[in-house]
Amino acid sequence: MRNTLATKLLFELSQPGRRAGLMPACDVPERPAEELLPGECVAVKPPPLPELAEPDVVRHYANLSQQNMSVDTHTYPLGSCTMKYNPKRNERFAALPGMANVHPYQPDESLQGMLQLLYEMQEILAEIGGLDAVSLQPAAGAQGELTALLVAAAYYRDTHQESRRKVLIPDSAHGTNPASAAMAGFDTVTVKSTPKGYVDMDDFRSKLDETVAVFMITNPNTLGMFDREIKRIADEVHEAGGMIYLDGANMNAILGVTRPGDFGADMMHYNPHKTFSGPHGGGGPGAGPIAVRAKLEPYLPSPVVEKTPSGYRLAYDRPKSIGRVRSFFGNTGVLVRAYSYICTHGPDGLKRVAENAVLNANYLLSRVKHIFPVPQGDRCMHEFVASAGQLKADKGISAMDIGKRLLDHGFHAPTVYFPPIVKEAMMVEPTETESKASLDALTATLFRITEEDAEFLHDAPHTTSTSRPDEVAAARTPVLSWKPE
Amino acid sequence: MNPQELLYAETHEWVAVAEEGGAKVATVGISDFAVEALTDLVYIQFSKSGGDSVSAGDAFGEVESVKAVSDLYSPVTGEVVAVHDKLADKLETLGDDPFGEGWMLKVKIADESSLGKLMDYDAYKKMCAEQ
Repeated sequence: MRNTLATKLLFELSQPGRRAGLMPACDVPERPAEELLPGECVAVKPPPLPELAEPDVVRHYANLSQQNMSVDTHTYPLGSCTMKYNPKRNERFAALPGMANVHPYQPDESLQGMLQLLYEMQEILAEIGGLDAVSLQPAAGAQGELTALLVAAAYYRDTHQESRRKVLIPDSAHGTNPASAAMAGFDTVTVKSTPKGYVDMDDFRSKLDETVAVFMITNPNTLGMFDREIKRIADEVHEAGGMIYLDGANMNAILGVTRPGDFGADMMHYNPHKTFSGPHGGGGPGAGPIAVRAKLEPYLPSPVVEKTPSGYRLAYDRPKSIGRVRSFFGNTGVLVRAYSYICTHGPDGLKRVAENAVLNANYLLSRVKHIFPVPQGDRCMHEFVASAGQLKADKGISAMDIGKRLLDHGFHAPTVYFPPIVKEAMMVEPTETESKASLDALTATLFRITEEDAEFLHDAPHTTSTSRPDEVAAARTPVLSWKPE
Repeated sequence: MNPQELLYAETHEWVAVAEEGGAKVATVGISDFAVEALTDLVYIQFSKSGGDSVSAGDAFGEVESVKAVSDLYSPVTGEVVAVHDKLADKLETLGDDPFGEGWMLKVKIADESSLGKLMDYDAYKKMCAEQ
């Protein structure tokens, strides 16, 4: 039984004078605030905050949380997002007072535990990536991309190679790649993919010249394929004087199996919330640490954590640094959880994570391909992209209809309509934390949906609190804040 | 415009060529297949305006749907003589009449060689079927 009253906005639920607690009578003489504070410090009226009792607030959030889907409640095969289960052990570790209650303005000497953890995290991420130096500052994967490209731009300026203006990006890339390159001041050039989803080598070579600064590649790519030409691509880019950026969104597939630095990457970012099981969603707080080759280290954001004979310190004396990209030291809470995850698994455990992520995806692919064609073939890495194109042509049932209907059946939707190079794309990533039973249940549900009435599916979901939001209106005339009527 | 008499680019723009005042003028839009694939449209924006020069393959604007933003590419080389700015306020026209009132750009053709790279209706239909 859904309590829709409680899920109104807190401002709508507000009643003047309602409180969560009653204060005892004041036992010292009271004086008005105006007598104690300078005039300009006293507000004319109280801030317009909602006034509510504790049960109002608890019911509000408890009922809202039940309208949500999460990895704690549902299988969540949202491709590219690596919605693996987030072990509660990480939360217990992050909640330790030494982790949760430190303040960034404390002197370094009193923060040694946190600084040691961050220092070790720099070392660990360099090792996993096969690269030399790390900045933990960026607050999300996309900010990591931007930071790394700013680092590349600083390097080219410093070495008098300003004519390197072009960033090559395959057409299967995440949209953040061209956005980051453009924000860092580069010109973006799209490289085509072959029908199998790999970089089209002829198109790549036709666009490679001495003006190329960076080739940004996601490997494994968004189609769930590992580009076997990666070494050749990297060698040719290096020969032309450019660098390789690896979008690390799909690191879950190759942890401990291969390292970006070993196959030619010069820079990369991690998504700790994906690969290392930090919580997703809500817009953050996230983290997007980057790893780079030694020649780029001087340009990394300041500060970095240094180990000295007298302990760990934040090093600011870095004259070539691009400066800060985030206040304080980034979102350390996510990094603490990632550290916990990495240390819990150890090197062998991380390799098994990747192996099981790939095994699960291939098992699901082998079942799903009998329902939906998978244009890129019979084998994948951590995810695959199925197409509802034929079903759309035959019965009018779209990838959107299937995704929406899955919600009724208790599964989160896969990522739909991405990458755009596959028609009616459904990008499925089960992750290593789903059991065979849940993968079988997902397959059976997908099959059942294809047998359902098309009109019924166009109106799905039928059991959620909101069915189909008006996406056009949301994009054209978004309402971003509540205003009193 | 009869879709069967138009020329098509790989990037789904159509071209109609007509004589206007002694010059060849290309009218450019996007095909019904492209409109369908884009799904619900949200914005259209033109980066070129009358008097600008444009080369075949240059972006002349972008169209945004609830799914993605896609560049619009000029299939011909020449001088822009008109841009259908009003389309932004009536995006539904693109769905209702993509080959007529949904036109986007008129270009006075300077170099006819780019026309040779375009497909006829049958070749374009075949390409769409394979996608």
